[in-house]
Amino acid sequence: MTDRLSRLLSERDWLLADGATGTNLFNMGLMSGDAPEMWNVEETAKIRALYDGAVNSGSDIFLTNSFGGNASRLKLHNAQNRVAELNKASAEIAREAADASGRDIVVAGSMGPTGELLVPVGPLTHAAAVEMFEEAGAALLAGGADVLWVETISSEEEMLAAAEACANLNAPWCGTMSFDTAGRTMMGVTSTGLSTFMNGLPHAPLAFGANCGVGASDLLRTMTGMVDAAGGSNLIAKGNAGIPKYVEGHIHYDGTPELMGQYACLARDLGAKIIGGCCGTMPEHLVAMRRALEETPVGPKPSLELIAETLGGFSSASDGTGEAAEAAPKRERRRRRS
Amino acid sequence: MADDEQDIILSELDDEELTLQMHDDLYDGLKDEIMEAVHILLGRGWTPYDILTKALVEGMRIVGIDFRDGILFVPEVLLAANAMKSGMGILKPLLIETGAPRLGRMVIGTVKGDIHDIGKNLVSMMMEGAGFEVTDLGINNAVESYIEAIEREEPDILGMSALLTTTMPYMKVVIDTLVEKGMRDDYIVLVGGAPLNEEFGKAIGADAYCRDAAVAVETAKELMARKHNQQGTV
Repeated sequence: MTDRLSRLLSERDWLLADGATGTNLFNMGLMSGDAPEMWNVEETAKIRALYDGAVNSGSDIFLTNSFGGNASRLKLHNAQNRVAELNKASAEIAREAADASGRDIVVAGSMGPTGELLVPVGPLTHAAAVEMFEEAGAALLAGGADVLWVETISSEEEMLAAAEACANLNAPWCGTMSFDTAGRTMMGVTSTGLSTFMNGLPHAPLAFGANCGVGASDLLRTMTGMVDAAGGSNLIAKGNAGIPKYVEGHIHYDGTPELMGQYACLARDLGAKIIGGCCGTMPEHLVAMRRALEETPVGPKPSLELIAETLGGFSSASDGTGEAAEAAPKRERRRRRS
Repeated sequence: MADDEQDIILSELDDEELTLQMHDDLYDGLKDEIMEAVHILLGRGWTPYDILTKALVEGMRIVGIDFRDGILFVPEVLLAANAMKSGMGILKPLLIETGAPRLGRMVIGTVKGDIHDIGKNLVSMMMEGAGFEVTDLGINNAVESYIEAIEREEPDILGMSALLTTTMPYMKVVIDTLVEKGMRDDYIVLVGGAPLNEEFGKAIGADAYCRDAAVAVETAKELMARKHNQQGTV
């Protein structure tokens, strides 16, 4: 049986994903420092409202409220023993919301990073990371997720562990990294590097791409590099609605719905198949994105100049690929000891 | 790297060459070589303070520049910082013994609700690399934990880190508490983390937002110098 996302990918030219989870939950009263995943059992109506926000705004795919639902993250809240319960609950509420919509909607089980560094630069072993992702992933699937959705990853090691967990669960999956440091991920992965890496995995994802990062324009620059090396794979663009600002005690993202509509069309024209938002992307942004995608004819592949002109400038001079990538990270050495 | 490069024996290098070699070895995160070179320089009668500043701090400054410029990334910097730390391990007791001058003191921690400490650890290591004494409070710090630590450690600088949009507003809670207690102006407050920016830092009342660990070090030095100048003119 073909999974729902694979089917939709084959039927449709583009799919609209969802927007922010954290920003929406804050607006519903989540306190800074609290674990959003607790609301899957304590504030189920609010989680349903979060999901309905995406569903009613025209999302074809939305993510479960389980970003920090792995044992390593939940440990912070002394809830490391509640991984299965909290993940399953997040997916069950999502399944209900999707099924009640009357549309064909994909429930994507969100799995964020462990927050720890993996071997060789950190202490977390590959096996332990696989186990954590597998535990969360199994519960998301049990709760009714159609696909597992690994997001905001920065290292190949962690993505590899998540991919292996998805393979062990025999689950369809998608994976995105966050490119926030001079065009690369914090750990130095380039956009083209991610394409090569994902296409080389034995249990390949249905789609891969970028989420979060700096702003919408940076994310599209990342997509530009990714498309070139993707070999026709399905790509995901989930950018932030602009840049965060602190306004009267709240975080506010400066990207307007209109701007996100333009972003969505540029992402599609670049070659992204699944288009959504990340931090700061509210239901009104999603509505504008869907309308723009439906009403704007497909254009030629936008240049970096057009992206910057439309959405604002980039945060760094280069995206860290090409010549810069070849030169780094070694500098001229005088001599080397054996 | 070409294979035909000749092997070099650290102890055969003169002081200047050895210092430059240490900068390279730090850059490449070669821990054993750094420790060996520190011992060699101590054997040649260098003061611990000179080894710290001319070899280690200068080497980490170069690492910091390439990190800031997007040439090095977190994995390489972690290796470099670990090599630095192994050299510091030898020097630390000697620095205390010899009464070497101190650059400054910092208390740093990730805010309540946030487990992420990779960026914070980098700042902590780079600050130590620059010669600061750092007390690292780890992750998930409530305002009480910050207050208790700064009362105990009497630092020059308070550093706060957050990686999530759900936790970054907590920095303001800490700063507001410092203001209420009349302590805010006693410290330089630096904030950092992926979702932050300069405007956010200003809005919550921090002295500066630091984009990365290298910028944190530069900013800390600059603000410390300014603080000293102000105190000098009073």
